[in-house]
Amino acid sequence: MTANLRRRKVYSGLFEALCALAVIVALIPLAMILFYVVKEGFGALNVDFFTHMPKPVGESGGGMANAIAGTFILICIAAAFAVPVGCLCGIHLSEYPGTKFSSIVRFSADVLNGVPSIVVGIFAYGILVLPVKRFSAIAGGVALGLLMIPIVVRTTEELLRLVPGGLREGALALGATRGRAVFSVIVPAALPGILTGILVALARVAGETAPLLFTAFNNRFWSTSLTQPIASLTVQVFTYAISPYDDWHRQAWAGAFLLVMMILALSILARLAVRRLERMNRS
Amino acid sequence: MTSSLTTDVTRESPSPPRFLAGEKVAKPDEGATLAQSEIKISVRDFDFFYGTAKVLHGISLEIPARKVTALIGPSGCGKSTFIRSINRMNDIITDARGKGTILIDGQDVYGSNTDVVELRRRVGMVFQKSNPFPKSIYDNVAYGLRIGGMRNKRQLDDIIERSLTRAALWHEVKDRLHASALALSGGQQQRLCIARALAVDPEILLMDEPASALDPIATSKIEELIYELKDNYTIVIVTHNMQQAARVSDRTAFFMLGRVVEYAETNTIFMNPKEKMTEDYVTGRFG
Repeated sequence: MTANLRRRKVYSGLFEALCALAVIVALIPLAMILFYVVKEGFGALNVDFFTHMPKPVGESGGGMANAIAGTFILICIAAAFAVPVGCLCGIHLSEYPGTKFSSIVRFSADVLNGVPSIVVGIFAYGILVLPVKRFSAIAGGVALGLLMIPIVVRTTEELLRLVPGGLREGALALGATRGRAVFSVIVPAALPGILTGILVALARVAGETAPLLFTAFNNRFWSTSLTQPIASLTVQVFTYAISPYDDWHRQAWAGAFLLVMMILALSILARLAVRRLERMNRS
Repeated sequence: MTSSLTTDVTRESPSPPRFLAGEKVAKPDEGATLAQSEIKISVRDFDFFYGTAKVLHGISLEIPARKVTALIGPSGCGKSTFIRSINRMNDIITDARGKGTILIDGQDVYGSNTDVVELRRRVGMVFQKSNPFPKSIYDNVAYGLRIGGMRNKRQLDDIIERSLTRAALWHEVKDRLHASALALSGGQQQRLCIARALAVDPEILLMDEPASALDPIATSKIEELIYELKDNYTIVIVTHNMQQAARVSDRTAFFMLGRVVEYAETNTIFMNPKEKMTEDYVTGRFG
């Protein structure tokens, strides 16, 4: 009996130690990435980086003002495209969970989620770049949007399902139509979570490079036109990082640092939004 | 809508609550049959199925207007399924269907020209688990009015105050109408749900175990409320608590395995039931 108990305790301790080890292994790369990005990037960051345009090859200095604006424009296009499509799709899935169509949509969303981002880029290239024979911000934004959609769809669906069925019944029992019940009671109840999902999806696509390479392409000049090639932080970092110039390497680190900070800020914002909305819902 | 509610609110209760005064008077001939004019809900041979499982077998009941009718019976006997058939709440369950007729004022609830949204406005419902929306107290009560198209702020304020007063909640919440409904206690939340149902001025109020999750004090408040409300509303209440059925209801139907075993004046059911099964149940021999 005691031998048995001792054996069980040993196993339990062993597995707990393994779990702790796994956590550490998972955290080491994250800590190292953050360490290097902060170490190399923070020092390279200066006011010029935010306000100046890239300098021609051979001249040092300059910044990434165009790429910062470009990334902002690209994720705005992506959100404008993916948020309505993704949310409505998620609402449909949670409202009609059992239909054949729903299972097809759900499966498609999962497949789309697994499609390599470069393939999504090729797709956007095929339908938005080739016909007009020009890289454009629109094409880049749509490619990013396509990557966002499955994340938004699935988080929306899952969070709507978490809303207690009693709320739906309460609304219907008061004479609400189905649509009214969904949009006036069920969606608002799940809104904090849905917003987080959207912000997380934004953070995810803001860091994408591959789908932009042959859609938004890049632009060494200031451009806010949606139909012109546009610069982005990620592509700029990529271009600078593979260049042979030390000054560009420095700027690539700064760009990487800025990207990481941006994504961190989005995640924190998501958390704050949730807390704020939950508090509003509670008291 | 507004005017009828106004008269409702100002009208006095004709007699003090019976169960509070401790006396239980009933005319001996009252329970036997109902005059045609008193019938609000008439159910004939109503069956109900979940998929292939038949859960209600030929229910036939006549529910009187402006009286409290209690549905009692052991768990799983079909009380809730039945009460949810009256406002077609079961429609949202896939594979569930009813057969037979339920008439409200002679109009078939399951008829092809019955609009389920309009039906549910006329037939309010209070659920077992209080389900206030995650909105303010005010917005909860205003919900049904707003979906009915009411936008006038003063009119809304008026009806909200009256509905909360009727639900005996006004004095507890009047200073925090714009606070979240979720901050209320369980009993207050349930009274809020009643106020919310009353705001749209239904004719019938269905209550599916409205006090089963509440403590005795909150329960007695709900019971007093039911007693007050029956002057103006036809109330159908499902309850597990037989004392509660005895206290608040005028007529009682005893359900068992999807059938109505006995349906009569409440006193008869509890004092002098015809069926052996009813007697065994109300005296606590099973259930």
